[in-house]
Amino acid sequence: MDYITIDTKRVPIEGEKNVLSLIRKAGIDLPTFCYHSELSIYGACRMCVVEDERGRIFASCSEQPRPGMVIYTNTKKIQAYRRLIIELLLSAHCRDCTTCQKNGTCSLQELAYRVGVHAVRFLNDKKRIALDMSSPSIVRDPNKCILCGDCVRTCDEIQGIGAIDFAFRGSKTQVMPAFDKTLAETDCVGCGQCVTVCPTAAISIRTNVTQIWNAIDDPNVRVVAQIAPAVRVAVGDSFNIPKGENCFGILVAALRTMGFDEIYDTSFAADLTVMEESKELAERLEKNEKLPLFTSCCPGWVKYCENKYPEFKDNISTCRSPQGMFSAVIKDYFKEKDEKDGKRTVVVSIMPCTAKKGEILRPDNFTEGRQDTDFVITTQEVVRMIKQVGIQFEQLEAEAADMPFGVASGGGTIFGTTGGVTEAVLRRLAKEKNYKNLKEISYMGVRGDELIKEATVSLGDREVKIAVVHSLGKAGELLEMMKSGEAGYDFVEVMACRRGCIMGGGQPPFAGPRTKKSRMEGLYKIDSMSNIRYPDENPVLLQMYDNFLAGKEHKLLHRNLAE
Amino acid sequence: MKLESREDLQISRKQAINKIKKEDCRILICAGTGCLAGGSEKIYKKLKEMAEGIEGISLEFGPEAAHIGVHQSGCHGFCEMGPLVRIEPWNYLYIKVKEEDCEEIFQKTVLKGQPVERLLYEQDGRIYPEQEKIPFYAKQTRLVLKNCGHINAEDMDEYIAMGGYEALEKALFEMSPVEIVEEILKSNLRGRGGGGFQTGYKWKQVARQPEKIRYVVCNGDEGDPGAFMDRSIMEGDPHKMLEGMIIAGYAVGAQEGYIYVRAEYPLAIKRLKIAIKEAEENGILGDNILGSGYGFRIHINRGAGAFVCGEGSALTASIEGERGMPRTKPPRTVEQGLFAKPTVLNNVETYANVSMIIKNGAEWYHEIGTEGSPGTKAFALTGSVKNTGLIEVPMGTTLREIVFDIGGGLKNDGEFKAVQIGGPSGGCLVSNNLDVKLDFDSLKKLGAMIGSGGLVVMDDGTCMVEVARFFMNFTQNESCGKCVPCREGTKRMLEILERIVAGNGSLEDLDLLEELGEAITATALCGLGKSAALPVLSTLKNFREEYVEHVVDKRCKTGNCQAMIKYVINPAACKGCSKCARNCPVGAISGKIKEPYVIDGEKCIKCGACLDNCPFGAIYTEN
Repeated sequence: MDYITIDTKRVPIEGEKNVLSLIRKAGIDLPTFCYHSELSIYGACRMCVVEDERGRIFASCSEQPRPGMVIYTNTKKIQAYRRLIIELLLSAHCRDCTTCQKNGTCSLQELAYRVGVHAVRFLNDKKRIALDMSSPSIVRDPNKCILCGDCVRTCDEIQGIGAIDFAFRGSKTQVMPAFDKTLAETDCVGCGQCVTVCPTAAISIRTNVTQIWNAIDDPNVRVVAQIAPAVRVAVGDSFNIPKGENCFGILVAALRTMGFDEIYDTSFAADLTVMEESKELAERLEKNEKLPLFTSCCPGWVKYCENKYPEFKDNISTCRSPQGMFSAVIKDYFKEKDEKDGKRTVVVSIMPCTAKKGEILRPDNFTEGRQDTDFVITTQEVVRMIKQVGIQFEQLEAEAADMPFGVASGGGTIFGTTGGVTEAVLRRLAKEKNYKNLKEISYMGVRGDELIKEATVSLGDREVKIAVVHSLGKAGELLEMMKSGEAGYDFVEVMACRRGCIMGGGQPPFAGPRTKKSRMEGLYKIDSMSNIRYPDENPVLLQMYDNFLAGKEHKLLHRNLAE
Repeated sequence: MKLESREDLQISRKQAINKIKKEDCRILICAGTGCLAGGSEKIYKKLKEMAEGIEGISLEFGPEAAHIGVHQSGCHGFCEMGPLVRIEPWNYLYIKVKEEDCEEIFQKTVLKGQPVERLLYEQDGRIYPEQEKIPFYAKQTRLVLKNCGHINAEDMDEYIAMGGYEALEKALFEMSPVEIVEEILKSNLRGRGGGGFQTGYKWKQVARQPEKIRYVVCNGDEGDPGAFMDRSIMEGDPHKMLEGMIIAGYAVGAQEGYIYVRAEYPLAIKRLKIAIKEAEENGILGDNILGSGYGFRIHINRGAGAFVCGEGSALTASIEGERGMPRTKPPRTVEQGLFAKPTVLNNVETYANVSMIIKNGAEWYHEIGTEGSPGTKAFALTGSVKNTGLIEVPMGTTLREIVFDIGGGLKNDGEFKAVQIGGPSGGCLVSNNLDVKLDFDSLKKLGAMIGSGGLVVMDDGTCMVEVARFFMNFTQNESCGKCVPCREGTKRMLEILERIVAGNGSLEDLDLLEELGEAITATALCGLGKSAALPVLSTLKNFREEYVEHVVDKRCKTGNCQAMIKYVINPAACKGCSKCARNCPVGAISGKIKEPYVIDGEKCIKCGACLDNCPFGAIYTEN
């Protein structure tokens, strides 16, 4: 085997594409801002520079390993360069760290401390640039940008959108939408994937925490929370809880402590979605029209499709997303009670997603002109609320969600990961409901990290072709293939974020490969431990279809497409 | 006419030679950018009109039924003396010609064959009628620039008559692609764009890539302040460059070539377009060139004026329509360049060398220049030198020969101080280096580089700190903003330099400059960044005492740094009229009527209003 020597240690080359990977394999956490294994190599931050035995200095991220190389990562010179680079970044940075959203989780702050920058010897004469507050999902603060380009490449390479890019030259360089437009004027779908890679607070979540506290504080308001499936396996990241562990019960307890009046599980609404979407699929298959049926759970995807592929707009399911269905149902459910109690219901949904903040403002998600979901807060924001009040999250006893919407099937819970919606729909459509069949469905190829997954299932005398795709860039590729006739399906599940909602833009950031994996496993574990696996076996739901929902299905569960 | 075989081209060459021979008198008016700005277009029109008026009459100097050719040529190189007019067969070179001079030129020279003495170049009391005898030209070796100024750049026949496309003939019909690559490799032709990388090696690497679609790209994005060699070649002899590109394309198996020219070079673009069109119409470009079976097309891409687009990967990104930013390597341009295909990327001057090497052989080429850097190099000689202009000398010529023999020494008999070589990416050479042979390797040893060939001569009136500030300002504005050291580091260096020239620097600032400069050089992503600090580091090394004077004594002895000038009133000369005080916009001057006034240096903004207004000349400046 070939080796390279890193700081006197022999490290085998096992297919690594760059020296940086080998250095990290050798147990040295060489700092970087612009290197991400899922993005192209950019080489801009220069933090990963190393020295070889001949004194040559180079960036290890963009250097191919050659057998016999001798690398030093911490010579005095290299340390000095690294310190100077951070100092230079800080010299052009808005350094209001103590009041910054990212305080404590900022990579720049962390690395400045780590490499030992104790003072900045340069003046900072950068002019303050106005914040871009045009998007309901994210905020762009150019004053905090270190121009690592992670957001630019994520938006372009992973999401295939390219809403932002570099403009201007030299120290005037900025990341911004073209022609000085605001984010709202671009094709930005609000997925927030840029937020998850931003090392500072240059792109951050548009937060709604204050409004939630105001609602809680108001005695005339009934504050109802719904918790999305993916939140429960990620919220623990911010506390000392093992990655991927189900924190639903603890989160319910925390929300009750904070003063939420009713706390429900969005997985219940996912069950509703399965019922409605399966019905829709069956109808379209029967009529053989508007196929494939695209899922509509993901607002990032819906907006992407409207922006870039309007010709496929009618193929998107008319179902509201689980959040949308649920809020409409909750508002309707409390209507009479509110009138009696003299209260107003405010629905707060706790989501892994920043695009959901945009979805609730869409008129097609309104019921009779009324906005159903009042506020969306992301996992990160709920964590901030928990920390604000000082709740010792990890010490809480798990509590059950409120009834009647606290019951959900395992099928509804796996909505939070790629392939979950499809698997749940397949469960609904399955003739025989038993363990063997569940296992068969789970092995059909809809689970896992692969970006485009395909499966075929027999329904009656028809072979139904299914595709599951995650990340919008890949979705775009799939649509192009469908347009050219290279591919054809009957049902396509699309999630805007890679791996689905578990890696949404509102989730705790900087998730490494292990965290990603454990979040996914966490959801499947919840499913496998559920008493109810089939959405159509959810007793509360079945009862509801019989009485409360009867006749209102279309109004509450489907998008108001006339708008 | 479409040339469909080698024989067609040879016939066409004979016809072209005859066409030129038929001209009993040939007037070449320089239409380079400099001379055009000086009004050479009007001179051309006037002479052309006059020549047409006498077409076919018999002249005193000999021929009956004389035929007079009036042409616009490319840059003659002697830009200081423009507008220039060359008249053959006597090879007279008239300098600083004005429209009014045309009549006399016509009467005396065209009709009688006699020189107009007052328009001839004069140096040290001697008049030089013949262009080639002028010291500026006599000391040069013009190979790449051979045709520049001698042919009509918009007429392919003239290029062909001068032996143009002979190398292409030889390459297509006598050599295999492998042989061409070997010949270029043997010639040790090194890239004239700055890096000095072996051209043949580049070609060889592209030729052996498994990918069959390949590109040939010409870097015409000459961006160094004060450099115009490539522009002059594109304007003056575009076919020479095209010939080099076609040969490169044939050698590496490319079917398409791109020329990336700055949009600030409209004339070069115009001439290139004409040249490409003519070549296409004549079967020199396009499918089946000269019936050889080989096809090649050339496209022109205009650059939007970013200096960094001279860097290979930024240039190809720009052609692709992306933002011109360098990327990390590998993959290198030879592996994945333009449109991610193997790409030969050379600059204009490099391609202009190719045809000579193919025509005369690598051994001939080695006779010129030095062992490690054969051939010639074109330089744009500017600054405080008497004869500014475009020159070409063998590699290994000393700086002294260039500045004093060709350049004629310093303007206003100033004292030589330094030369900035290679523009913002280069360094400065000082009087100790006057006898250093200029070639790739010896300059590298001195911490400078040939760069693309800008030579800015500076005399003792030049402030080196200000020079460093100027280049740093340029680099900071031109940095693509990608990597931290270049984007932020040059900004901080610029700030420090601005502080120093404003009289607010400290000794610690000099250490900080060195620390930053060294770190930027070591860690920047691309060539622009890696060389960004060179002007500062090399002036700091060679003129540290000047920096120290600025930060410690707050003094700039050259008087270049405005902020450090002191305005003083000579009490002996001052009559106390108060005019200065009344004209001072900031109230910095005070005194009693009929008694000498005083300037408060703290308040003074160095506007000079007092000095301009003093009726007694009592106010002077101290550096």
